[in-house]
Amino acid sequence: MLEALDLECTRGERVLFRGLGLRVEPGTLLRVAGPNGTGKTSLLRVLCGLLQPTHGEVRWRAAPIRALKEEYWSALAYVGHLNGVKDDLSAVENLRASAGIAGLDADASALRGALDAVGLVGFEDSLARFLSQGQRRRIALARLFLSAGVPLWILDEPFTALDARGVACLSALVARHLAGGGIVVLTTHQEVPVDAARAATVELGSGTGTPC
Amino acid sequence: MLKTLGAVVRRDLLLAFRQRADVANTLLFFVVVVTMVPLGVGAEPNLLRSIAPGVVWVAALLAAILSLHRLFAADFADGTLEQMLISAEPLPLIVLGKTAAHWLVTGVPVTAIAVVLGIMFDLGVGQTATLMASLALGTPVLSLLGAVGAALTLGLRGGGVLVSLLVLPLYVPVLILGAGSVEAVAAGLGGGPYLLLLGALALFAIVLTPWAVSAALRISVE
Repeated sequence: MLEALDLECTRGERVLFRGLGLRVEPGTLLRVAGPNGTGKTSLLRVLCGLLQPTHGEVRWRAAPIRALKEEYWSALAYVGHLNGVKDDLSAVENLRASAGIAGLDADASALRGALDAVGLVGFEDSLARFLSQGQRRRIALARLFLSAGVPLWILDEPFTALDARGVACLSALVARHLAGGGIVVLTTHQEVPVDAARAATVELGSGTGTPC
Repeated sequence: MLKTLGAVVRRDLLLAFRQRADVANTLLFFVVVVTMVPLGVGAEPNLLRSIAPGVVWVAALLAAILSLHRLFAADFADGTLEQMLISAEPLPLIVLGKTAAHWLVTGVPVTAIAVVLGIMFDLGVGQTATLMASLALGTPVLSLLGAVGAALTLGLRGGGVLVSLLVLPLYVPVLILGAGSVEAVAAGLGGGPYLLLLGALALFAIVLTPWAVSAALRISVE
């Protein structure tokens, strides 16, 4: 269970949100909504522990994430708006490197399987600099196929640059993760095309945060 | 844990291999700076022999500084660094892997090239061997201390100049011990104590700097 208590985040002089509380139970999809510049990405980065909130704290299974550190991060998969894909590495080398950095176990067949699952069949050995924006996004998302055992997924605009089939494929993956008792937190400007039994929305930009 | 360390080193070596020109630039810079000096001060063999250790070491420091931007900037720009910060493995370990890879593509070649430079400056076998030993022990310190500077200046405008100002003063002990070891051999004293001190510095840096770099990276990425 992911909880946030009384979060406040400021960037520069501006307060993005204040007094934001949320509570996400296993199997729930939490959508963070709001216009541009209202702090959606900042909220996700706070939830990841990449950004320290100016006030309040984030808790994972009742313990503050500041204390859990690596223990929390081993339960977290984050796909930010930056892909973390290297131009000079091929798709499979990129995925192998990110799995290694994340501390995930993945053998060659698991890597190929994940790339096949995101529709990069035949592009495994092409350098990322020759791939399109959508294909590079798919390399980043392929990490999620290796993170099936990781309970908490935080996805920042995961549907950008994807075509219709890519969106459908990712939606199915997210739905499967939720059905397995995982938690997904995501931001998107589109309607979420995911069938989730339990879904909640946090609306940013209305002055104060809405608890859910 | 060792698997992650290995994965990071392998990835960075592979990237360095794919960006060979970038790596070669640093080494060419090192060679060019060292070869400029005899042209400037004249080809008097005794003079060259006596200034050789200092010249090689100063060039090695500059080459190290020049290559520091490669360490974190690209990972910062493309989002890989964020993934490193939220890895299930300890961040200092990943930092150590990245610094090790940096040393393998800068420190190790610089040490190897020093053989040729030793001949160019007419150093004796003993002095050249000591020069190489001092570089082998000293260049890891350059990479590790440089990583602290690179992490602190990450994402800042004019970070390149700032990193030189931050890191060069920290390089002073390495420069003094490194050049001093060769001069001691030339004076017939033996470079042993200098090399031991350099080795101690290297161990110290391996143990402590990854933690400092990790803390600096977390601040820079916020």
